[in-house]
Amino acid sequence: MPARPDVTALLAAPALAALLLVNGPLTAAERTSVNVVSPWEVASADPVVSGFAIQKLQIMESLVDADAEGTLRPGLATDWSVSEDGSRWLFSLRDGVRFHDGTPLDASAVAQALNRAFEQPGVLAQAPITGILAEDDRLVVELERPFAALPALLAHATTVIPAPGARDADGVPASLIGTGPFRVTTFSPPQAIEMARFDDYWGEAPGIETASYLAAGRAETRALLAESGDADLVFTLDPPGFARLADVPDVDTIAVPIPRVVTLKVNAAHPFLDDSRAREALSLAIDRAGIAAAITRFPEGAATQLFPPALGAWHDESLSPLRTDAEAASALLAELGWAPGDDGVLTRDGERFELELRTFPDRPELPLIAAALQDQWRAIGVALDVTVANYSVIPEGHQDGTLEVALYARNYALTPDPIGTVLQDFGKDGGDWGAMGWDNPTVIDALDRIAASGDEDVRSEAIGTVAASIQAQLPVIPIVWYQHTVAIAKGLEGVVIDPLQRSYGLSAVSWSK
Amino acid sequence: MRGVSDHFGPRAAPVLAILAGRGVQALVVALVVGVVSFAMMHALPGDAAYRIAAGRYGYDLMDAAAAEAVRLELGLDRPWWMQLWSWLGALATFDLGRSLVYGSPVIAEVLTQLRYSLLLAGGAVIASLSIALPVGIAAGLRPGGVVDRIGLALSIFLRAVPAFALGVVLVLVFAVQLRILPVAGFRGPEHLILPSLTLGLGLAAVSSRVVRDVVADAMSSEWRLFARTKGLGARLTVIRHVLRNAALPVVAYVGVQGAYLIEGVVIVETVFAWPGIGHALVHAIFGRDIAMVQGTALALGLIYVALNLGIDLACRIIDPRAT
Repeated sequence: MPARPDVTALLAAPALAALLLVNGPLTAAERTSVNVVSPWEVASADPVVSGFAIQKLQIMESLVDADAEGTLRPGLATDWSVSEDGSRWLFSLRDGVRFHDGTPLDASAVAQALNRAFEQPGVLAQAPITGILAEDDRLVVELERPFAALPALLAHATTVIPAPGARDADGVPASLIGTGPFRVTTFSPPQAIEMARFDDYWGEAPGIETASYLAAGRAETRALLAESGDADLVFTLDPPGFARLADVPDVDTIAVPIPRVVTLKVNAAHPFLDDSRAREALSLAIDRAGIAAAITRFPEGAATQLFPPALGAWHDESLSPLRTDAEAASALLAELGWAPGDDGVLTRDGERFELELRTFPDRPELPLIAAALQDQWRAIGVALDVTVANYSVIPEGHQDGTLEVALYARNYALTPDPIGTVLQDFGKDGGDWGAMGWDNPTVIDALDRIAASGDEDVRSEAIGTVAASIQAQLPVIPIVWYQHTVAIAKGLEGVVIDPLQRSYGLSAVSWSK
Repeated sequence: MRGVSDHFGPRAAPVLAILAGRGVQALVVALVVGVVSFAMMHALPGDAAYRIAAGRYGYDLMDAAAAEAVRLELGLDRPWWMQLWSWLGALATFDLGRSLVYGSPVIAEVLTQLRYSLLLAGGAVIASLSIALPVGIAAGLRPGGVVDRIGLALSIFLRAVPAFALGVVLVLVFAVQLRILPVAGFRGPEHLILPSLTLGLGLAAVSSRVVRDVVADAMSSEWRLFARTKGLGARLTVIRHVLRNAALPVVAYVGVQGAYLIEGVVIVETVFAWPGIGHALVHAIFGRDIAMVQGTALALGLIYVALNLGIDLACRIIDPRAT
């Protein structure tokens, strides 16, 4: 029946043209709204749980803000100072700030919010805090010993300030009321948030009137949302989606290097791995360029050291880069008494060189990288058993000592100054997401100096010591540095992609006329 | 309910019996589902405090200290029977508790998700029936005819395509190329169309064949011949006898599909970023959110009971002879 489809097509064509015509002028009219899409669900109004999104969407704000380079700047606090002995910090609060419910911001609301953030698991635990209190219109933080990076911690998403009126009977923030340039009009947890410009905002008024946020878990869906024009800012694309969108005329794509690193956590107390030569051998067997080109598709991301260039002062150009050399790896292992067995797997004193690697699927590239490692280590006679599970098996295995190696992506820029995270990971007794069975007094001492001192020279020298020791001893083995991928609708101006991922920058964007 | 009692006026007793029977069933289902889902969550390997802390804080902030804080906060170190007992005690007062991961009341979450799931299920059933009924009846009236054969081919094809792929193709055509429908989300009625169509096409693939078979059976039955012999026209025979007889198995089958739709559409919900209960249940299981799993499973169990009740009543309306 060739005639029938033709007739329908003829009938459908004008209807379709009419629809497109209707759509055409609509998109050409002045646009005042921006739709944001990312994979991350927002299930709660509690900053301790959902701060990462609440802060990025500029609904709530923290005392301290940071620019895209990580330089601290005033947020809800206009300035801060520390006592001579470094034990008492004072933060002066901004005048004339109102919450979205009309109530004014005061020091007691800030103290209440920060005390709750401190009681819950989060970054504030990195500082030796003994008290957080309101004093007139200032906030006071008392410390057990000096901690220079305290203002950087108060820039973190879990320290944003919700309105006192947003709390439920148990004191948990139950609605999204903050001081930011956008107020929430509809919150549909866990997937969507609708926002409108807050007219009483203390700072510069946003250029757009409304914005929406949608959590779309599948990378295919996100790419389609960008391609269809339904979404204007789409974060975290997978390599096929990123490549496809590069050819879509209405969409710009960019990739920004961020301070997140795929690393291997190595149990340095394990009898196979307690010699740093064994860890070096495992590192030498890894083809980072191959993984960066084929799996993460960002060839510049092959790690030459733990801290990526995006981490500024912590990246040390003078370190000799990590390299790939399977022969050298085998030689090192032979030095340690390992000899190939019948099936090619190394043996020593009747024990096979077999390791269990734990990783998780939340970042889809991790199981793929684990499979690549399995293959690359097999070539030097190390048998790797990969377990893909919930990510909490990694801290669990660190605590009960059963962990051998683990693969994950660590964000060293949770706060603008990474010292808190690095101290947790490589300080005394190591950390759940850092060193295991590796206590290095030189590094611990250097980290303490960095934490306590605000002096750039002292810090820079100590940072060099830390980076060099980690590079030489490999308590964790870096693999690739991350990039942040974003699709931006053409015509959307003023978009700044924050490598620290603290803000989507919605208050600064506008549609070209 | 007025329509039902009007219809059943003199025969109210069996209807009441159906209602009472399903009421008891609902109670039993609530207890069994609550206890079984609790037992299953406890049987999962690994430390629940770690899993819950992971779901709550994300991998950048979750560590052993967070897990210990969660254990203390939620009383996870209590013996299992105490935890189950306090859930049952709260249930007796219609309190489903709070999500262990997010701290929000379970009842609010479940009701929201259920609303979206029912909306999507309803859309899918409507899409499916509006395809399956005309195609199935046309095919059943002339088994082996053109419609029947094309219908079979399409049915096999649609059945073989995974819902995920079908959804992406529909999005590519209607949202990306034609730009007449949105890709994903749930801001307005237009967002319901593509996910409903994705599910509806898959369902129609099977239900159109069920309709075709029962219509074909009815057409070749002796009572149809009798109706024709007694002088009833072909058209009236089909409307009064064939379709009414064919409706029974179709209604029962749509009921089964409804149940599948409410819980089994996780992948379609995920593709279209639709906040349904299947998606929520999977997240709750991963996050070891026992209270959410129990609440969600309970809601699903009760929906099954309600669905069965609805099918019973519908079948009685279609065929009042049934006891």
